[in-house]
Formats: sequence, C-alpha cells, structure tokens
Amino acid sequence: MSASLEKGIHALKEVIDAPIASYFESCVHCGLCAEACLFHTETGDPKYTPIHKLEPLRRVYEQEYTLLGRLKKMVGLSKPVTDDELDQWQELVYDSCTLCGRCSLVCPVGNDIVYMVRKFREGMAVSGHVPDGIRSATKRTVELGGPMGLKWPAVANVLKHAEENTGLKIPVDQAGADYLVLLSSMEIVNYPEYIEALAKIFHKAGISFTLASDAYEATNAGIQIGSSDLAKVIVSRIVDAAEKLKVKNVLSPECGHAYMAIRWEGPNLVGRPFGFNVVHVLELLDELRQKGVLKMKDKIKDPLILHDPCQIVRRGGVLQAPEPLIQQVAENYIPIVDKQKLNWCCGGGGGASAIHTEEAEALRAQAFRIKKRQIEEAGVNTMVTFCANCRITIEEGFDHYEMNTKLLGLTELLAEHLED
Amino acid sequence: MTDLQFLTWTRGPGLDIAVGIFLLGVLWRLIEIYTLGRKKDLAAPRHAAGASGLHTVFRRSLPPPGMLKRSPVSYIGGYIFHIGLAIIVFLGAPHILLIQNLVGLSWPSLPSQFIGLTAVVTMAAMVVMLADRINKPVKRFLSTFEDWFTWAVTFLPVLTGWMATQHLLLPYTQMLALHILSAEVLLVVLPFSKLFHGFTLFGSRWYNGRVNAHKGVPV
Repeated sequence: MSASLEKGIHALKEVIDAPIASYFESCVHCGLCAEACLFHTETGDPKYTPIHKLEPLRRVYEQEYTLLGRLKKMVGLSKPVTDDELDQWQELVYDSCTLCGRCSLVCPVGNDIVYMVRKFREGMAVSGHVPDGIRSATKRTVELGGPMGLKWPAVANVLKHAEENTGLKIPVDQAGADYLVLLSSMEIVNYPEYIEALAKIFHKAGISFTLASDAYEATNAGIQIGSSDLAKVIVSRIVDAAEKLKVKNVLSPECGHAYMAIRWEGPNLVGRPFGFNVVHVLELLDELRQKGVLKMKDKIKDPLILHDPCQIVRRGGVLQAPEPLIQQVAENYIPIVDKQKLNWCCGGGGGASAIHTEEAEALRAQAFRIKKRQIEEAGVNTMVTFCANCRITIEEGFDHYEMNTKLLGLTELLAEHLED
Repeated sequence: MTDLQFLTWTRGPGLDIAVGIFLLGVLWRLIEIYTLGRKKDLAAPRHAAGASGLHTVFRRSLPPPGMLKRSPVSYIGGYIFHIGLAIIVFLGAPHILLIQNLVGLSWPSLPSQFIGLTAVVTMAAMVVMLADRINKPVKRFLSTFEDWFTWAVTFLPVLTGWMATQHLLLPYTQMLALHILSAEVLLVVLPFSKLFHGFTLFGSRWYNGRVNAHKGVPV
C-alpha cells in the first residue's frame, strides 16, 4: 500500500461517525437517489447513482467498524480499497457530484448522502485523487488569497472603479463597522456590479460596512477539494479579520459555497463558535425589505424564473428570502415546479466548475439540460439567480446550447431598480 | 427425523437459537453503529418550523414531491409489501399466539382468510419489486448477492406460511416446520444484512433531519 493511500484510508476511518454507519446500514439499494441526481437523470448512466459514489467509503466502514466485516477481512474475504479504485472514483466524487444534496432530500430511509460525499472527499484529497482544476484552485487560494489568483491590489482597483461609478465611499479595514463584506473572486472579476449594488443598498439603508484587505475572499476551495486542514487556513483569515476589526456581522456574498464555508463549516473548522453573526446577503436584503428600506422605483417586466443555488437554499437554509425579494422587483415572476429546496443544481457546484477536462465539461453540458428544460417549460427568456458560480456555469450552458436566455443576479437587479 | 420431530425442533431449540441470535445481533449491531458518536455542530443554529430529527422520521415515510411519478413501482410496491408483512406478522392469529408465548403480550387478530389474501398480495408486490430490480438499470447495477438473498429470505416465510395454511404441495406438518425454519433463518439474517434497515432507518432519518434542522432546512 502506498503511503498516500494509507493516509487516505486513515482519513476515511477518521471521518466515519455514527450517522455514516447508520446510513450505510440503512441503504436497501432502492436506487431512488439516482432519480434525484441530475448527473443520472440527464445521462441515464447508473454509475452516477449517488449511493454508488460512496462504495469505497462503505467498504472501509464495513471492514473497519463491523464485526462481520472485520472477520471477513481477517480471513481474506474482503476486497481492499486500492489506489486504482480511488482513481476511478475521482470522476464520481468530483466531476459528477456538485454536493447539491438533492439525493439527501429523497432517500426513503433518510440517508444524508451528500454529508457522506463531503466526508469521502477528505480521504480522496489526502490520497491524492483530486482533479487538477480543484487542486490548483485550492493552491491559489492558500498561497495567493483566492481561487483565481487575485491579489489585493487588483481588488482595490475594482473598488476604486465602483466608487467612481457610484460616487459612494467603499471603506476598507474600518474597525467597528456593522458588516464586514466578503466577496468571491468570481464576482470581483466577472460581476463587479455586485459591489456597486451593495454600496448603493448600504448607503440607502444607512448601515456601516467595510472590506478587509487581508480577508476579502469568501470562497473556500479547501472544502471543495475535501481538505479540512486547508479549509481551516482559508476560513481563519476571515475569522481573524472579523475579530480584529470587531465587526458585528460578516456578510457572505451571493456565492453558495462561500456561504456554506463561512456560515456552516467555518465554526466547525476553527473548532469554536464565532463571536459574530454570519449573514447571507439575501438575508440582509430581505430584512431591509421587511423594514421598508428596500423600495423599488420600478419593476422588471420580463417574465422570469428563479434558480435557487443549492448551497444557499437547500443546503444553507436561506429558504424564505429569495421569493419575496424577486417579487419585490419582478412583475412577472413565474414559480417553477421544483423550486426552493427542491431546485435542480446548475451542474457546476462543489468545485465541479473548476474541472476543465474535456469529459467533465461534456458531462456538465449534458447535466445542464435539466436547467434548459426548466427554462423552456416555463416559457421565459430570463432567469435570475444569486450565486456567482451558478452564473458562470449557467452562462456556459447557455453558450453551449446557443440559448438567448438572459441571466441576471438578484442583488444587482434589486440595486438597479432601487428607489433613488 | 420424522416430520413431527422436525416441527418440534423448529418450535423448541430452533426458535430459541434464532431468537437468541436475533436479539443479541440487534443489540450488538446497534451498539456497533451508534457508539461511533458524532461531533457537535459549532455553527450557530437557525430555527425553522417543521425542521427536526423527529419531523424527518415521519416525513420520509411519504414520497417527496415529484418522486412518486419518477419511481411508482418502488413506492407503491414498497408500501404494499411492507404493510402486508406487518399485517401478517403482527395481526395473524398464530403469530400473536407465538408472541404471547414469548413475551406474554397479546392483542386481537384478523381473520385467517384476510391474512391469506394479504399474503398473496404481499407476495405479488414482492415479485413485482424483484422484476423491477432486474429490469431497472439502476437497481440492477446496485444489486449484489445480498439483495437477491435477502429478498428470498423475506419471501420464503410468506410463501411457506401461506402454503401451509392452504395445504399445498406438502403435508401440513412438514410445511409448517419449513415455515418456522424459514422465519428463523430470517431472524438470524436480519441483524447482519440490509434487512437491518428496519432498525437503523429511524436513526438515519433522525440524523438527517437533525443535521439539516440545525441549518433551518426541513428535509
């Protein structure tokens, strides 16, 4: 056994807890989880059945933690997990799983399958069976500050532009602010309008905010790769900055995995509860809406549907904010059948969008057909969402299928129609 | 060994051994699984109506929106054979009598004709489920020896019990002895196979419900 495999198996043994044991013991191979996974529904390939993606982890559980499994191992009747096998499983655990968690919502015996995939990735990361795309994104985040290799001067430059465009001051490293605003590289590079939108809304609501020059990146590739050690390093930057600046709240950007990383995994990674609140930007906006601060001067007329990002809604618990907000700004919002916590993933979450092999990209395009169908069935030309990573993936899908659907970000849409 | 001796063995030592392995097995497996524990979630919880472990224990008994249409055989077949098995095991007169002998508790039974009909419907549902497992690519792909074996181990007691009461194929004594033996095999296999989901599914649903309730998501 190679040293890395040994470490990987050890990591798998470490992550197995009572829930995982209970889940494996409960599975009856009914295959219903496959019906909830877009990689299966859009390809028809049974290998994408969510519970199958965990087979090596199941065997480690059986061989290490059950009496019968240990007996079988002793007499040589069990099949050990090998490097070759984990290599084969890489596609199943990364390319074809976005950690969207829809499978966990349907399993009749109650298995939280995505919980297990997340844990399985710990062993995959340690044993070196990780797609290059996610590996380099993680490396850039640890070494340079963000998954796209963006450094502070570039961010400061974007902020300067935003100040010029809005005529509003964007404070940096200002202690005692109500909110420490986090961004995702994707927003800084591709959707800088988000920052302008926030500045306008904060100004209007009279809330103080700041950015931190040493902690602006909210995404956490360490979680996507499955390395808690690296994830901790990345999330600690934010915790340190928030504590140093003594802010009351940390504002997660729209980005879904960023929210998951800081709001739900963060305290568990650093090993203690936070002394500040972590708020998703939509939660703040909905609060402002309820207070009557978020008044619109007009509404968008185009019929449109909403794409609920998995990590914010189904996995993040921001269930109630998105619909009232879209209704606030859209005259013809059309609720789709599988919405809110039942929504289908864009196909690019969980680090998948960082994998640029030909196979992974083809698979992503195929999985995207489910979003295409949702748009076509609703008969709309506009979709609104609130996650920078979803936006990139969806725009790639639009390009691939040559669709002329418009994609809008919710926060920007609100800012655009905000009363002057 | 005569038929009567065989029957006497299945009713005496055979039953004791099977029940013993079953009880110790269940206890052992539950300890093995649930003493692994889990880490406390340190993130500040979000509260939401309808989100808790207990909610999920009950909610998962019904198909989530859209799922019945996607896999009708799994749900309808699954309901019929699970409910059928429960009716036969817990409301058939001879079974209540057996439970009374073992633990002293008893309750009213359903007429034997009704139990007979339930057995036929249950077996039909199980055969449909088996056909579905063979036909559906996902189910066939997931299936291992254990899936076929546990199907047979569950099916045989129903079949032999029904055949005994209908006096089919073999003399009553022989068929009854086979019925009891097959039920004993089921008891022995249950704690060490996927049939153990009958115990762990409550824990699994609870964990899933609990973990997601912490984030304010009713699942």
